Amino acid sequence: MTKQTDSVKWMTIGESGLTVILAATVFLSIIAAAKAEDAAYAFHVTLAGFASLASVFVILNRYFERGALPPQEIDGRPNYNFGPIKFAAVASVFWGIAGFTVGLLIAMQLAWPDLNFNLPWTSFGRLRPLHTSAVVFAFGGNVLIATSFFVVQKTCRTRLAGDLAPWFVVLGYNFFIVIAGTGYLLGVTQSKEYAEPEWYADLWLTIVWVTYLLVFLMTLVKRKEPHIFVANWFYLAFIITIAVLHLGNNPALPVSVFGSKSYVAWAGVQDAMFQWWYGHNAVGFFLTAGFLAIMYYFIPKRAERPVYSYRLSIVHFWAIIFLYIWAGPHHLHYSALPDWTQTLGMTFSIMLWMPSWGGMINGLMTLSGAWDKLRTDPVLRMLVVSVAFYGMATFEGPLMSIKVVNSLSHYTDWTIGHVHSGALGWVGFVSFGALYCLVPWLWNRKQLYSLKLVEWHFWIATLGIVLYISAMWVSGILQGLMWRAYTSLGFLEYSFIESVEAMHPFYIIRAAGGGLFLIGALIMAWNLWMTVRVGEAEEGALSSPGATLQPAE
Amino acid sequence: MSDHEGEFDKATGKTTTGHSWDGIKELNTPLPRWWVMTFYLTIVWAIGYWVVYPSWPLVQSYATGVIGYSSRADVAVDLANLEKIRGGKMAVLGAAPLAEIEKDPALLALGRARGRVVFGDNCAPCHGTGAAGAKGFPNLNDDDWLWGGTLEQIEKTIQFGARSAHAESHEGSMLAFGRDGMLKKPEIETVANYVRSLSGLPTAKGYDANAGQKLFADNCASCHGDAGKGNPDMGAPNLTDNIWLYGSDEATIVETITNGRNGVMPAWIGRLDPATIKALTIYVHSLGGGQ
Repeated sequence: MTKQTDSVKWMTIGESGLTVILAATVFLSIIAAAKAEDAAYAFHVTLAGFASLASVFVILNRYFERGALPPQEIDGRPNYNFGPIKFAAVASVFWGIAGFTVGLLIAMQLAWPDLNFNLPWTSFGRLRPLHTSAVVFAFGGNVLIATSFFVVQKTCRTRLAGDLAPWFVVLGYNFFIVIAGTGYLLGVTQSKEYAEPEWYADLWLTIVWVTYLLVFLMTLVKRKEPHIFVANWFYLAFIITIAVLHLGNNPALPVSVFGSKSYVAWAGVQDAMFQWWYGHNAVGFFLTAGFLAIMYYFIPKRAERPVYSYRLSIVHFWAIIFLYIWAGPHHLHYSALPDWTQTLGMTFSIMLWMPSWGGMINGLMTLSGAWDKLRTDPVLRMLVVSVAFYGMATFEGPLMSIKVVNSLSHYTDWTIGHVHSGALGWVGFVSFGALYCLVPWLWNRKQLYSLKLVEWHFWIATLGIVLYISAMWVSGILQGLMWRAYTSLGFLEYSFIESVEAMHPFYIIRAAGGGLFLIGALIMAWNLWMTVRVGEAEEGALSSPGATLQPAE
Repeated sequence: MSDHEGEFDKATGKTTTGHSWDGIKELNTPLPRWWVMTFYLTIVWAIGYWVVYPSWPLVQSYATGVIGYSSRADVAVDLANLEKIRGGKMAVLGAAPLAEIEKDPALLALGRARGRVVFGDNCAPCHGTGAAGAKGFPNLNDDDWLWGGTLEQIEKTIQFGARSAHAESHEGSMLAFGRDGMLKKPEIETVANYVRSLSGLPTAKGYDANAGQKLFADNCASCHGDAGKGNPDMGAPNLTDNIWLYGSDEATIVETITNGRNGVMPAWIGRLDPATIKALTIYVHSLGGGQ
């Protein structure tokens, strides 16, 4: 595929350096496994040892097999690097289905507690973080890595920076997920919501994430386009802020370097503040900024229309970046957090409403002149409906941050419903839409295996979301009202357990909604699998693998 | 942007910025007016809110806001209001003897209302929301009482618990006759059938009623009484009323006699204040089985 050079073949610094580091890791893992103080830690370092050993083998094998390094361009066209993207795309579908399945199980556990099976590994307390991490970080994270690596290459017209680095990011990130997920099942947790993994997983993620940032930045630096496309601003904001949030929330001192337990540096109300500064901005920068980046590329691309407003994209980008980071305290209304902090959290959430909606306007109005495509293209419809859910969730969020509303909604299922209208409707649908676009492009397929199946996926999942969020609205408001109801004698009208009993039917409806959402995802997995397996190849693309360029304007 | 030429877009009547990335262009649409105005409005509202309520941190303290709002003060006001509604009646209830509360309809209603909530949050996990109990946890709606069903007995049980860590707790245990070698397996089966016969339940084929009666008299009657009517001082249940804490089938009774039973009820004194325990007593007593 490439010209052999006459010069002697050398290992790159990346190849030799990584080989040495990983070989050292193998030995360190053996020592750590021997001295391990708990079984989960021993299991994790053993996994690390085997993964490092396998990586050393793969790197050396690739070195002996390869000719020169892959060229930056072939016949004047960028030689895009699609390998790591394909891996992340497949991983996202796999983790998505795993995460939705666990979600369905814990939804049913809430309705029928016997499904905890009286085993520690399958108890709600361990499966709940497994569900949230699997859908947010494993499914969402892989979608973000896959699309960001794709979009940054295409919109910068250049090959992804780094040779092994992109693979390191993708594989390293998925290894982090394995460590985090198995840790939850084994009871390893630092008990910070959405940041449960212990210190060694956090350290590993830091290394992976900095590499991700470098790959993305260096690709931007060597771009062939004069300007940086709006999607890339959002991706960059997402990558940088997640790094800052991760480091800010997770400083911890391990009890022993050979054990899994650690203690977080922050304590008391400061810890709560850090936790929700992190937690809220994980929503803001992981689940909003990152997925807005997806929207800004895939909607114009699929609709074949220009982005509605360049000006709006700039203004709402900077407004979101500036305002989101302040909103965390609204998770701690009426708590030990000082009143002034609660005020700032609430007012910044209100000011965030329009900046969030800027993205919705730009997403929806990009359809101007192409609304008819919604009738015929279920993939575009999925993308557009995701933006509608985004608009709904970003209106509901500021509404719930208002203290008087929050006094009713806080600690109730309303919060769960709100999160899932964003998670299933916005993040889920925009990801599905992106995957439906991405898989044929990555594997050089003319089109999807079946648009009909996309239709089925769309309607089944939409019905599921509607069931889910309406059940949670009703049960949440019911819960809130039951908890605050007083009798004329001045005593609470209901005991807590009565409110739990009242939730039962809604928990069943919610589980049914989640089940439908999962069925939709299974249909998608089948459709994507068949697209890769039996899809018709894109004409004229086979001669230059990875170079499916649109004609330049 | 000066290095690009924008194009006219027919569908929207607007021009593009001249940028193009992988075929994606951008329109030169100005910011929607309603969007800008609403954004400004939220900012103005936020600034107004900061003036009124505690907001920005200062070097030593924070801006307290012009109305002097404090969420702690709010809670105090709420609690005071609640006290006003309750009108100090809980203090009256706490001071009144149980028998008097029973006779005063207003106090009785108050006690039941308070007791119902306290029961739901503290007792329902074991006894069930409707106080119907479960295996090992007594039903409080019937008139079968392990430790007695008068107001005073119920109050004592709630205060100190049964087989709890409290010094004044109810004590008394069902011995493990089989495990500790006091009775052999066939003897246990015989006496189990005798116990069933006390409630009029059918007995197994070939069961020797005389042997059963003798075994009962020798081993069980000291606590459960000669007639099996039980003894509330020792928490020994009445075996003749066909109300069963663990189950009435032969296997369960054999299990009970073999390994004993020692269910625990925690002491609530110290966790609930005396007036609340009184209210709870009134509520439990009123459930239907109070004596």
